[in-house]
Amino acid sequence: MIEVRDLHKHFKVQRRAAGLGAALRSVFHRDYEIVRAVDGVSFRIERGERVGFLGPNGAGKTTTLKVLSGLLHPTSGSVEVGGFDPRRRESAFLSSITLVMGQKQQLLWDLPPAETYALNRAVFQVPDAQYRETMAELSELLDLGELATKPTRQLSLGERMKCELAAALLHRPTTLFLDEPTIGLDVSMQVAIRDFIRAYNERYQATVLLTSHYMEDVAALCQRVIVIDHGRLVYDGDLRALVTKMHPRKRVSFTLTAPVDRDQLERLGTVVEHEEGHVALDVDHAELRDAVSHALAELPVADLSVEDPPLESAMRQLIANHRAERGESA
Amino acid sequence: MSVGRAARAMPTLLRVGMAEAIAYRAEFIVWMLTSTLPLVMLGLWTSVADEAPFASYRAADFVAYYLATLIVRNLCGNWAFWHISEEIRQGTLSMRLLRPIHPFYAYAATHLASVPLRGLVALPFAAILLYSSASDQLITDPALIGIFVLSVAGAWTLTFLTLVTVGSLAFFIEKSMALFDVYIGVFAVMSGYLVPLPLLPHWVGQVADVAPFRFMLSFPVETLLGMHSRTGALEMLAAQWAYVGAVAVVALLVWRSGVRRYEAYGQ
Repeated sequence: MIEVRDLHKHFKVQRRAAGLGAALRSVFHRDYEIVRAVDGVSFRIERGERVGFLGPNGAGKTTTLKVLSGLLHPTSGSVEVGGFDPRRRESAFLSSITLVMGQKQQLLWDLPPAETYALNRAVFQVPDAQYRETMAELSELLDLGELATKPTRQLSLGERMKCELAAALLHRPTTLFLDEPTIGLDVSMQVAIRDFIRAYNERYQATVLLTSHYMEDVAALCQRVIVIDHGRLVYDGDLRALVTKMHPRKRVSFTLTAPVDRDQLERLGTVVEHEEGHVALDVDHAELRDAVSHALAELPVADLSVEDPPLESAMRQLIANHRAERGESA
Repeated sequence: MSVGRAARAMPTLLRVGMAEAIAYRAEFIVWMLTSTLPLVMLGLWTSVADEAPFASYRAADFVAYYLATLIVRNLCGNWAFWHISEEIRQGTLSMRLLRPIHPFYAYAATHLASVPLRGLVALPFAAILLYSSASDQLITDPALIGIFVLSVAGAWTLTFLTLVTVGSLAFFIEKSMALFDVYIGVFAVMSGYLVPLPLLPHWVGQVADVAPFRFMLSFPVETLLGMHSRTGALEMLAAQWAYVGAVAVVALLVWRSGVRRYEAYGQ
């Protein structure tokens, strides 16, 4: 269980204009400003939940994850992870969590990942039987094969991330903080990592807090999302409800065998695309059934699909609405 | 983060550290070449003392001194400063802080693990030269040999802790390499790395006698070359380990203060 109450994390950051004059002035006098990276965030995550942690760049996601893992201390507010105060970084706490950062690695660069595994096994005091069992499971779930015996520097980005995940999970943590675990990976590798996270969560009832710029990751893994912007909580709830709230209309796309007048389409919904052979309409949820029946009866339809608008679009709308309410610029 | 956990993990930490030292063998050889300054000094001073002793040092004394210096430096030198300051600067220290073992143990294991490789590569050559050229100066008393071994252990620990302290200043200063340059300059003079301490100007020699640097290099060299009696060597050994204790406290204080800053400001 993770409990965050009114978390604030502020940084004092130096400000300096460009140029030699400003550089010389900064020798004698430095200007600072307070950056409110996290500004009064509260949420609670139950054991075994998979939660997406979303927000634009600089929203405070990584800062929050670092506070949760004990690397940063809160300016104010309180945090509890699995019954521990992360600030103390007790051995039992560190053995119960893992933080995977897509941009930073723990694998020893010039040695095979197997050496990092041996190191983690010794440091986390993983018993022999558990080590063999966990390695076998992780090898199977991540399809590690021979990767663990190749020098890390010779692995591709995706292979490295697989090995990184294995190193991070060798001690079977029950709380996973995953910061952009699929960054830079190709689609098939993203899918493999997602499948792995889901399987690990189900097998060990592990709590997962995931940040990702790939909305497919979030949509595939998380029913619940927490959205922050400029350090403030913007949304905490069901992912589908967020999409419906931001875009209460479905998108209906048709492939047509003959041209159709725009007037005819506008009777069914709002036309968003009208090209030869292809049209797309936005239709209210309540009118969806009628619109589809009429279209099938009246139009030369060869193919039809009904989709929610993309999550990215809902996120953009949510952030824009939040900033407009607060009178901030986008 | 108990000592027991560190002790149990130490064999693996040392084994992986040795694997790293072997993987970085090219850099390793380059680093060893940078520690051959004593051979240069040997060439300079033997030519100075070739015709007549210089301040009571004969050419043979300089040969013995610098070969012993080369041996001790290779056993006790490490690059903990660079290791720590780079991890702080790049933020990779975060990954280390998430492991349930104090980073000092992990750093110590990494650097200790490279000693056998250095020993294998450099020491036989220097040791044979030293024995063949100055066997009459080398200690044979088992008690002094024991003190020499302990003094090398003390010199390694003192060097490591000092470099950890200087490296930890990267928590507070962006360009801590400048501090290291100052440190290495002072070390070279005060430890006897450049010149035997008795050859330093009087007042510098007085400072060097009480500063910690001589215990990182000169003291083991002096002991190996029989320049101390048993009692004198024991007194020096006690002083060396007192310095180890004091610098360990300073290193821990600077580290804790730095980590608190890191926890406050992040990376």
